[in-house]
Amino acid sequence: MPLYHTEDQAMLADTARPFMAEEGAIAKQLRHFRDINCKDGFGHALWKQFAELGFTGMLVAEADGGLGMGHVEAGIVLEEVGRNLTPSPFLTSSVMAATALGAASAELKGRYLPGLLSGDAVFAVAIDEGAKHRPERIKTRAVRSGNGFSLSGSKAFVVHGGSADMLVVAARTAGNDDDDAGITLFAVPKDVAGLSQDAVRLVDSSVATHVKLDNVQLDADAVIGEVDGGRDLLNKVLAAGRIGAAAESLGVAGGSFDMTTTYLKQRKQFGRLIGEFQALQHRAAHLYSEIEIARAVVIKAQQLLDAGSEKAELMVSVAKAKAGKAAALAVKEGVQMHGGIGMTDEYDIGLYMKRDRALAEFMGDVYYHAERVARLSGY
Amino acid sequence: MSDLDAFRAEIRAWLEANCPAEMREPVRDEDDACWGGRNFKFKNEAQKVWLERCAAKGYTVPDWPKAYGGAGMTAAEAKVWREEMVRINARPPLSSFGIWMLGPALLKFGTEEQKVHYLGQIARGEIRWCQGYSEPGSGSDLVSLQTYGEDKGDHWVVNGSKIWTSYANKADWIFCLVRTDKTNKYQGISFLLFDMTTPGVSTKPILLISGNSPFCETFFDNVTVPKGQIVGELNRGWDVAKYLLGHEREMISATGGADRAGSLGAAMARGGALEDPVLRAELALFDVDALAFTAMSEKFIDEVKIGRGHPAQPNMMKYAGTEINKRRLELVMSAGGNAALEWESEASDGGSHARNWLRTKANSIEGGTSEVMLNVIAKRILNLPGA
Repeated sequence: MPLYHTEDQAMLADTARPFMAEEGAIAKQLRHFRDINCKDGFGHALWKQFAELGFTGMLVAEADGGLGMGHVEAGIVLEEVGRNLTPSPFLTSSVMAATALGAASAELKGRYLPGLLSGDAVFAVAIDEGAKHRPERIKTRAVRSGNGFSLSGSKAFVVHGGSADMLVVAARTAGNDDDDAGITLFAVPKDVAGLSQDAVRLVDSSVATHVKLDNVQLDADAVIGEVDGGRDLLNKVLAAGRIGAAAESLGVAGGSFDMTTTYLKQRKQFGRLIGEFQALQHRAAHLYSEIEIARAVVIKAQQLLDAGSEKAELMVSVAKAKAGKAAALAVKEGVQMHGGIGMTDEYDIGLYMKRDRALAEFMGDVYYHAERVARLSGY
Repeated sequence: MSDLDAFRAEIRAWLEANCPAEMREPVRDEDDACWGGRNFKFKNEAQKVWLERCAAKGYTVPDWPKAYGGAGMTAAEAKVWREEMVRINARPPLSSFGIWMLGPALLKFGTEEQKVHYLGQIARGEIRWCQGYSEPGSGSDLVSLQTYGEDKGDHWVVNGSKIWTSYANKADWIFCLVRTDKTNKYQGISFLLFDMTTPGVSTKPILLISGNSPFCETFFDNVTVPKGQIVGELNRGWDVAKYLLGHEREMISATGGADRAGSLGAAMARGGALEDPVLRAELALFDVDALAFTAMSEKFIDEVKIGRGHPAQPNMMKYAGTEINKRRLELVMSAGGNAALEWESEASDGGSHARNWLRTKANSIEGGTSEVMLNVIAKRILNLPGA
C-alpha cells in the first residue's frame, strides 16, 4: 500500500481541515473553555458537530451504525484536532473506547454506541494507575460477586474521566499485578455506587481525574470481551490510542511549525527578517525534515494497524516515539524562535508547547516507546 | 495468476538458475563490488559470470529501455526484480557511476546517438565512468568552477583540475563540468564526456582518514575533447549537473537508510555488547529514528512514482539519510568497543568497522554538504526570505 492518502481519505481531509480550523479554532474552543473554567475542558456543542459529520462513529463497524473506517481516517481527524489544539473527547471516546466496544456484546453495544454516534455520550478509558504509562501492571481487582463482579482499586490521570458517561476500566480478574494474563475490561457507568473521581486540571487545560473504585458492583454483562483474556483487547485499545496520539502530535507539530515559519517571514530585527538568518534557517529546515519523517512513519503504522499486520505493534511504538520527538522539537523551536512573545499567554505558540507535553505523556512517552521498540526488536 | 505474479515467477526461476552462490553473499565494501570497465579485474569467475548473464538480459539496468541495454521493465516490474534480488541476497551485478549518475542524465539530455552508444556500454559494464565536478576552489560553491574548455572549432582544449573524483585512477571515461564561457557564471558551463586515456589527463589518488583512496585529484593539461562529446546544450551543463545532483542525493540517501530496515540494536545485541544500559537506550532511540526514516524512504519513493512530493525533497532525504548513517556507525563503534578500533587484523576484516565509520563522515559532505541541503530546504521548500 503506498504511503499516501487514497482519494477518499484526501476528501475526508478536505472536510476535516476547514471544519476544525473554523469550528475547532483555538479562540473558539481551547481558550474559551479554559477561560470560563469549564469542568469538562471541551465543548459539547462541537462534539455534536463531530457526530453530524460522522466523526464520532468513524471506527464503529457499519453493522453497528458507524462508518467502519480505520486508523488512517481517524488520524486525519486527529491531525486537525492537533493542529488547532481542539479540545474534544474524540481520541478517548471514538478511537479508544470505540475500539474496546467493537469487541463488546450486542447488549453493551446497544447500550453505548447510539450515544457515541449521536454525540450525546462521552467515554473515557481508565488503564494507568500511576503518573507514568505502565499498562503492563494492573493492580485494580475485579472479583466475582453475585451475578457479576466487584471492582476495587484506583486509576490515575483518566483523561475526560469526569465528563464521561462510561469508563472502560482495565481490571485484574486473575493472577499477579504484572501478569500478562488475567485482565478483563469493564464498561463502568459514571453513576454507579462506589465510583468516585477527583478532577485535576493539567498544564494544557485538559481535565483528568483520579478514579477510585470501592467495591463497585457490576453485572456480568458489563464485561467487554472475555473474562481473564482481556489483554489482547487492551493491547488493541492501547495501539489505537497510541497511533491516535501520534497523529494528533503530528498536527501539533505542523501547527506549531507553520506558525513559526510564518513568524520568521514577518519579524524584523537588525533591519532584516529573522528568517534571513542562517542560524534559524538551518534549524527550521532540520525541523521540517523531522516532521516529514514522523509523518511517514505515522501513516505507515496506521496502515499496518488497519491491515492487521503483525508488524503494527512495533511500528506504532516507532510512530508514537518519533511523532513525540518531532512535536517536542517543533514546540521548543516555536517558542524560542518567537522570542519574548513566545512566553506570553496572549500568543498561541505557548499553547502548542503545553498540549505537546500532555500528548507526549499520553499512552507512553518517547522513552517508554523506545524501550518497547528495543524489546519488540529482541534486545 | 496476475501478469505481475507470472513475471515474479519468471524472475525467481531465472535468478535461481543464474545467480552463482558466491554472488549471494553481501558485498563487504566498495572494493568487493563489481565495477566493470576496461581494466577491471574480476575477483572470481562467479562475479564475471553474474555480470555477463545479467547484461545479456538487460538486468544490470532493469528499467532502462531495451534499445539502450536495459530490460525495459515497468516501475512495478523493476520493484519485483529488486524484491526477488533481496530475497536471495543477490549482489547487484554491477556497481557503476554510469548507471547511477551519467545514465539518468543521458536518458534525459542525450542525443539518440549518444544514448545508443554510451548507455549500451554502461549497461554491459564495458566502460567505467568517473565524475568531474568539484575543484580545489569549488566545493559547496560548485558553480564557481574554473576548469576551462577553450573553443578550437571542432573541439575544445580543456585545462584545469578536479578533486574528489571517485576512482578516477580506475575509470575509463569522465563526465566533467567545464567552463565554456567565462562571462556567465551559471550559463557558462558545459557537460563534457571524454576518455581518461586522452593525452594530458592525469590522476593522483588522495589518501583518506579511512586509509583508503577512493578519491583522486585529476589534472587536465591541454586535453582535446571533440565537440560531439557534449551532453545537452553548450553552456547549459549546469542544468544537467543539477538534475544529476538530484539523482546523486537520492542515491546517497537511499544507501544511507532505505535498504537497512533492520534493528541496529538487535544486531549489536547479537555481539553481546549491550550490558551498558545507557548505550542500549541510545540504540533504542536510534532505532526509532532509523525505522522512521525507512518509512520515509518508502513514502518518498511512493510519492515520486505519482509525481507528488516537493521537487526539492531529495535534499531532505539526503540530509536526513546521511546524518542517520553517521549516527549508525558511531553506535557500531561504541558497541564494538576496543575491538572496533582494530585497523588491520583478519578478525576485524581489515578494520572494516573503523574504516566504515570514518567513511561515513564523507556522506554528509559529498554530493552537497548537510549545510547546503539545509540551505536548499530553507529556500525551496520553506520559502524563507533571503535564503
